[in-house]
Amino acid sequence: MWISVASGKGGTGKTTVAVSLALSNKNTIYVDADVEEPNGFLFIKPVIKEEFSYTELIPLIHEDKCTFCGKCADACVYKAIAILKPVKKAIFFPELCHSCGLCSFVCPVENAIEEVPKEKGRIRKGEKNGQLFIEGILNVGEASGTPLIRGMKKYIPHDRDAIIDSSPGTSCPVVESVGDTDFVLLITEPTPFGLNDLKLAVEMVKEMKLPFGILVNKHEEGNSLIKDYAREEKITILGEIPFSREIAEAYSKGIPVVDVLPDGEKFFVNIMEKIRKGVNTSG
Amino acid sequence: MDRAKEIVILSGKGGTGKTTLATSLSKLIPNKVIVDADVDASDLFILLKPDPLRQDEFKGGSIASIDTKKCIQCGECEKKCRFNAISRNKEGNFIVDSYKCEGCEFCTYVCPVNAIKMNPQIVGNWYVSETSFGTMVHARLIPGAENSGNLVALVKREAQLIAKKKGLRSIIVDGPPGIGCPVISSLSSAALALIVTEPTLSGIHDLDRILATCKQFNVNAKIIINKADINQSNTEKIQQFADKNGLEIMGKIPFDRCVVKNLSKNLTPIDSDNCGAVKKEIKKISNDVLRYLSE
Repeated sequence: MWISVASGKGGTGKTTVAVSLALSNKNTIYVDADVEEPNGFLFIKPVIKEEFSYTELIPLIHEDKCTFCGKCADACVYKAIAILKPVKKAIFFPELCHSCGLCSFVCPVENAIEEVPKEKGRIRKGEKNGQLFIEGILNVGEASGTPLIRGMKKYIPHDRDAIIDSSPGTSCPVVESVGDTDFVLLITEPTPFGLNDLKLAVEMVKEMKLPFGILVNKHEEGNSLIKDYAREEKITILGEIPFSREIAEAYSKGIPVVDVLPDGEKFFVNIMEKIRKGVNTSG
Repeated sequence: MDRAKEIVILSGKGGTGKTTLATSLSKLIPNKVIVDADVDASDLFILLKPDPLRQDEFKGGSIASIDTKKCIQCGECEKKCRFNAISRNKEGNFIVDSYKCEGCEFCTYVCPVNAIKMNPQIVGNWYVSETSFGTMVHARLIPGAENSGNLVALVKREAQLIAKKKGLRSIIVDGPPGIGCPVISSLSSAALALIVTEPTLSGIHDLDRILATCKQFNVNAKIIINKADINQSNTEKIQQFADKNGLEIMGKIPFDRCVVKNLSKNLTPIDSDNCGAVKKEIKKISNDVLRYLSE
């Protein structure tokens, strides 16, 4: 079973919860799909056993063969190629390219456009006390983490449960990280920002028809902002983690919430059980 | 007149207090246009309560759809699609997964019977609104939609037009988290990036990556440490890192429960008297920003 952890809003505790869920449940694999800002390794502190580069194909236009007909530039919907016919020049904007391969397909001259690999980021695999770990690290300056997330999902072994830590927000990289997962755990906090972004995230997972539940972080007694919303929308709250300076201080040192919360392990094992039951009943 | 100076507030890591600071600065700095560029989790409106003057649709790229009546099931489209967006459904028909389709149109080129067409998508709305603190340009992307970088570029362009029309010299931009396309789009043409970080291991890690991004796009960056007293030794590490790299730390905001308490009542730390130390530091930051704007 693949469980993705998402949040809409950043800083709600997604990573520390995802790490805690993985550490408390044996034989899971923790996957850091927040490739723009991967932080899971700070908490798991894995020994990296394997590291490789993730590449996508981009066009290399050979101007000595190019006839500057402009077919590639016309076909590219991302406007990643400009052909300056009068001065016989081809310009390629790598940050706009989606690596679809259409330009080389429409090029009428043999070998005028060659597809060459370009590194988008790196994938690292590691382990700590039997806890498996995979992360993707997007290269600085790369516009989209989506291909890297798509690529790293291929390396998740299917013989055990995976906890996939996604990036904040609700756009393309998040859709790619939660897509194909069996359950989405939405982490939120009881502030108006938290509630607003939770609503957006709920809209996204409903649209994608994925089973999901909520975990409230930084909960304060008497604040029922999230509870009221969940009750109205009939969404299950799987657990609550209190707002505490102690947890925040531990987090700052790279200690996940499971190690600070009284009965932390039991709390996260329990959440996993609820998820398993939920998935079984809805599927 | 020159372009208005864009001050963009970024963080790399989410949840460091970017929007709280952006709202506070929007209240303290006069004569500006306000932009919420965190288009997939825009929260600035919650505290600034904008009154929409204008609303427009935002069109993203097109996505493919296959006419199963025309389709001869040759499978060429599935073979060529690099995004794995085309597959057979239970009935054996080829279908497009709209979440995976990136709109490249390759499939339409290889289909021998013209069974595939591209459909333009409305992916969100954008607004020009009035607030008690100035005009605000913001947007709402449909959750799960793509193209947020283009939407960020659009709201910033509109803000420049408004600034020009009204003779305003500055634009305050609340940016998105991360370092990807919406962030790059927020950074393009910015005069100054205020990077809000926190003294946590993840905060430091992400600070490093967002500063590298600013450097790559040639944007001057200054650092603000939020919750600075939560881990003194990490705060010192950030200070040393800044000193070594010639970066200015514009402020150190203390950790205080009052911030969350105020937020849950839709107030910023500067709106009440229960948040003394936080309020004082934010005012100091805003004075520094004002000085920068008048240079």
